[in-house]
Amino acid sequence: MKWLTSIGTGVEFAFNRTGLYTMMLIQLLKKLPKPPWYGMQLLLQAEEVGVQSLPVVLLTALFTGMVLALQSYIVFHRFAAESLTGLVVSMSLVRELGPVLVGLMVAGRVGASFAAELGTMRVTEQIDALWTLSTDPFRYLVTPRVLAVTLMLPLLTVIADFIGIYGGYAISVYVLDQNPVVYIDNTTSYMELEDFYSGLVKSGVFGMLIGIIGCTEGFNCQGGAAGVGTATTRAVVVSCMSILVSDYFLTAWLFG
Amino acid sequence: MNGGGSGGVNGEQPRISIRGLSKRFGDNIVLEDVDLDIMPGHSTTVIGMSGTGKSVLIKCILGLLKPDAGEILVDGENWLTLSEQDHLMRMRRIGMLFQGAALFDSLTVWENVSFALLRQHIGKTEARKRATEVLEWVGLHDVADLMPAELSGGMAKRVGLARTICHKPDIVFFDEPTTGLDPIMSDVINRLIVRLHKGSGTTMLSITHDLKSAAMISDHIALLCHGRIHRIVPANELSSDKDPMLRQFVEGKAQGPINCSHWGKKMEEAIDR
Repeated sequence: MKWLTSIGTGVEFAFNRTGLYTMMLIQLLKKLPKPPWYGMQLLLQAEEVGVQSLPVVLLTALFTGMVLALQSYIVFHRFAAESLTGLVVSMSLVRELGPVLVGLMVAGRVGASFAAELGTMRVTEQIDALWTLSTDPFRYLVTPRVLAVTLMLPLLTVIADFIGIYGGYAISVYVLDQNPVVYIDNTTSYMELEDFYSGLVKSGVFGMLIGIIGCTEGFNCQGGAAGVGTATTRAVVVSCMSILVSDYFLTAWLFG
Repeated sequence: MNGGGSGGVNGEQPRISIRGLSKRFGDNIVLEDVDLDIMPGHSTTVIGMSGTGKSVLIKCILGLLKPDAGEILVDGENWLTLSEQDHLMRMRRIGMLFQGAALFDSLTVWENVSFALLRQHIGKTEARKRATEVLEWVGLHDVADLMPAELSGGMAKRVGLARTICHKPDIVFFDEPTTGLDPIMSDVINRLIVRLHKGSGTTMLSITHDLKSAAMISDHIALLCHGRIHRIVPANELSSDKDPMLRQFVEGKAQGPINCSHWGKKMEEAIDR
């Protein structure tokens, strides 16, 4: 019977969190069209999410592109199709790996930071203090964060795509001695704008998931320092899982 | 005995009137049919054991918690029926000093103090000027550009007090204003509160365990027990009042009529053993 209880607890938890995230999203959509909007908070968060995440995103994209080029070349070499390396690298990055890897990196960095910051503010009554200073905590804290990560993730993905493709190009041309003209021609001629857009749609959705999950966990945090720790861990784990799960459904919807 | 007024002039409307306020968390009934009136310009302190719902009472009044039943009337207007936006507008006339000061970590001291003014689109220069004035008032004019993490507990509390009054509220709430402070700093905070009360005639509601502080900062003291306001007495009659529950609390005795929960009984048994 113990296993049945565990399953029941797990299902209850899943429904509970899904409900909380959905309520947060509905509240966001209800409050977004009406003032006050905290533009300065949005800019500060955009800087935190976008600019501060650049190093980790650039490094991840560069090495992913390099590894992809190396692996693809080794496989294609077996049947003399090395010229397709550029196409595989660019398609994989733009359609799949760019948005997913950037999403996972940002979930680890930003999702955790949202949950920890808002969670600490909750347990030290700073969120209550905002209300008593006639400021809606949701509009001041949650809306700018969710908007910032939803808007910045596609931008980071575009940068990551280019850097990753360049990483692949560098390995193929300078290490594997491929023809640069053939590499670029293969990269560009088979790729369509739809491939690029689909990656951006995915990263926008991933950004919103990271923002909603991180803010919900922080905003509803309870139980002092331990509670903040739990909220932070949960924000990262649930964000990463939801990115991977939603990626399948988005791919099926966009390319199905 | 439950609730009552804090001794206003006949016919005068209370600034804050709480009627039949109830709040429970699951099976735990925290507040049950609480009645309390606070007259304009009066300072009332609610005392009571830990876990009796003092903080819950203040949070219900401020709209931070939704009560299960009852009315909270401020100048005759029921705040429980207000929309969120209207409630936020009404908060402009409210000040609240939290137990841990609840300063915003990411803002400097002066930005914390002038937070409410900046949200009301008052210019940065004017907001800073007002913040400096209030910081001077609490004796901390030289910390305006520090971050909250750089302040001691007593300084943080005074900055919290400065933030509470910077936008000139006409009702101020204090949650344990002296808890965790040394006796000298407690006296400083108490004197500042008294100065604020006497100087501006602000209506005040405080909650505390500190009876010395309660006697110093209030006109009336209310004992919250078993989820209800058990008794209200003028502050100068606190030590002479004959009510057994109030006496037990004032004298700080474990044995007596206050057994707010099952552990009270268990504790008595343990002491008897």
